[in-house]
Amino acid sequence: MSQATPAVETVAPSLARPLGGPIWISGLYAAATWAAAAVVTKVLPDTVRYGSNDLFAILVALGAVGFALLAFISPRVGRFREPLDYYGPWFIAIGLWLAFWEFSTAKTGWLPKPFFSAPTGLLHVYVTDWPRLLICIGYSLRLWGLGFGLGASVGYVGGVALGWSKPFAYWGMPILKLIGPVPATAWIPVTFYFFPTTFDASVFIVALASGIPVMILTSSGVAAVNRAYYDVGLNLGAKPWYLVSRIAIPSALPHTFVGLFMGLYYSFAVLVVAEMLGSKYGLGWYIQFQTNYSGYANVYATIVIMSLICAGLVKLLFVVRDRVLSWQEGFI
Amino acid sequence: MAAQATARHVEAPIASSVAIDVHDLSHSFRLHGSTLPVLDSINLRVGSGEFIALLGPSGCGKSTLLRLISGLDQPTAGTITADGAPILGPDPSRILVFQDPTLFPWTSVWKNVATGLETRGVLKHHRGRVDDALELVGLADFARAYPHQLSGGMAQRASLARALVNDPALLLLDEPLGKLDSLTRLTLQAELLSLWRDKAFTAILVTHDVEEAVLLSSRVIVLSERPARIKAEFAVDLPYPRRRDNPVLIALRRQILGTLGLEA
Repeated sequence: MSQATPAVETVAPSLARPLGGPIWISGLYAAATWAAAAVVTKVLPDTVRYGSNDLFAILVALGAVGFALLAFISPRVGRFREPLDYYGPWFIAIGLWLAFWEFSTAKTGWLPKPFFSAPTGLLHVYVTDWPRLLICIGYSLRLWGLGFGLGASVGYVGGVALGWSKPFAYWGMPILKLIGPVPATAWIPVTFYFFPTTFDASVFIVALASGIPVMILTSSGVAAVNRAYYDVGLNLGAKPWYLVSRIAIPSALPHTFVGLFMGLYYSFAVLVVAEMLGSKYGLGWYIQFQTNYSGYANVYATIVIMSLICAGLVKLLFVVRDRVLSWQEGFI
Repeated sequence: MAAQATARHVEAPIASSVAIDVHDLSHSFRLHGSTLPVLDSINLRVGSGEFIALLGPSGCGKSTLLRLISGLDQPTAGTITADGAPILGPDPSRILVFQDPTLFPWTSVWKNVATGLETRGVLKHHRGRVDDALELVGLADFARAYPHQLSGGMAQRASLARALVNDPALLLLDEPLGKLDSLTRLTLQAELLSLWRDKAFTAILVTHDVEEAVLLSSRVIVLSERPARIKAEFAVDLPYPRRRDNPVLIALRRQILGTLGLEA
């Protein structure tokens, strides 16, 4: 019944600090490491030139100032104190990493061009090539959105049909079991024959990769619904459509979400491959294009963008799941 | 005019209780290619508004009998009628309450209770009945809760509310208190009784608890081992509410246990 304990218990014991200290200590350390990264960038002479040194130094220094300010302000703003305390060690480590990274590449050349790049090099890519990168992000998101949206919708509807209807299961299940394990990319040669444009073919490949796990998991979820729920529904006057829409589908939702998560990961993997085949834009195409010209800094910069987008979409799906499945035991 | 009148008084055409006639009823399951007889020539008449209890060894087919009366399953042979009309399928006027509350976990208690009105498309005009049913079982404050947040007794109360919201003429109770702790069970026995006396529906209770049977019902039917036949019948001619320590009840309880082969 105590209200104070849960906040501390969610944090690993060694990382938990008593709340309400006068200064956020980790913030000071983070400010120091970020300042060090700024100093390394600005003061030491370059062995290898990557460009955007000044901008990088300014940004990192601003970060350092920010942490220093937060260290003194945050104890008074209770709501932010807990996440700041939790992530403090990460902020410190990121500062150290940036300093070491800049030092080992641009300043000493231990990690040589073109296979490695400095953080200033990545920043330079964003500064110089941002219009093209933005277009590529737009193209990739469009391809992913269409592919995943179509795949998940068709997979969901198909999964409900397979789980609910005996004739559907009889004819569909064997086909699904044969097609399911084949990696979606294996279909690439044939899809280019069947679809009028490479874009359509790419959408199909992404849809296939994301749709199949959604279909398999949804159908098993619908098939596994507790029969007693149907008895209750029938007894209370439910028609078949009510049994499907109000009992089978909500009951199978936890399975469906597992399928959606699997489909999401597969769709990212396939997206890049699909974009490497005859597209004009897109993050996968950009990586392929820059690799051919040994633009590894551009490749790394794109990988950073990709990981942020993918992690963001995964996080988004988690948020949706937590809202939709809030009825599950242990969620509240 | 007529349509309006029925929409406003959906409960009016439904009789508050119903007489059930079970005639020469036999039932068997198909199991791995062989047939397993479960019920054998059951003849039973339950008067309108009567509360009867079914006792018998476990696995004898009591629950099967309830499912057949509810219309969820069709018998292999024989007929069941409700006020003379054959029972051909499930109907919200005859509601089966299971041992497990079987509330839908994905929706609120209120929505669960509203199920029977929603399936018939009358929920919009009868939202108040859901609140009334929740009030009746003492769960008004838990309307927004999810089933997993309820205790076992509360969940079973919600399940009763889900049945009662339809104003059933017949309540089929399949060991509804079987999984509850003994104190909750005593409370719910009293509540069940007062609901029955208040609403005057017909009730058929399957139970393993002889004391519960004699305390609640006006007639106790004892079934044999599978395939079940009616082995004995005991009238419980005592006014309600009954006291557990009433010597007549205690004697009756001993007699019934003897019929079940358990000397007390």
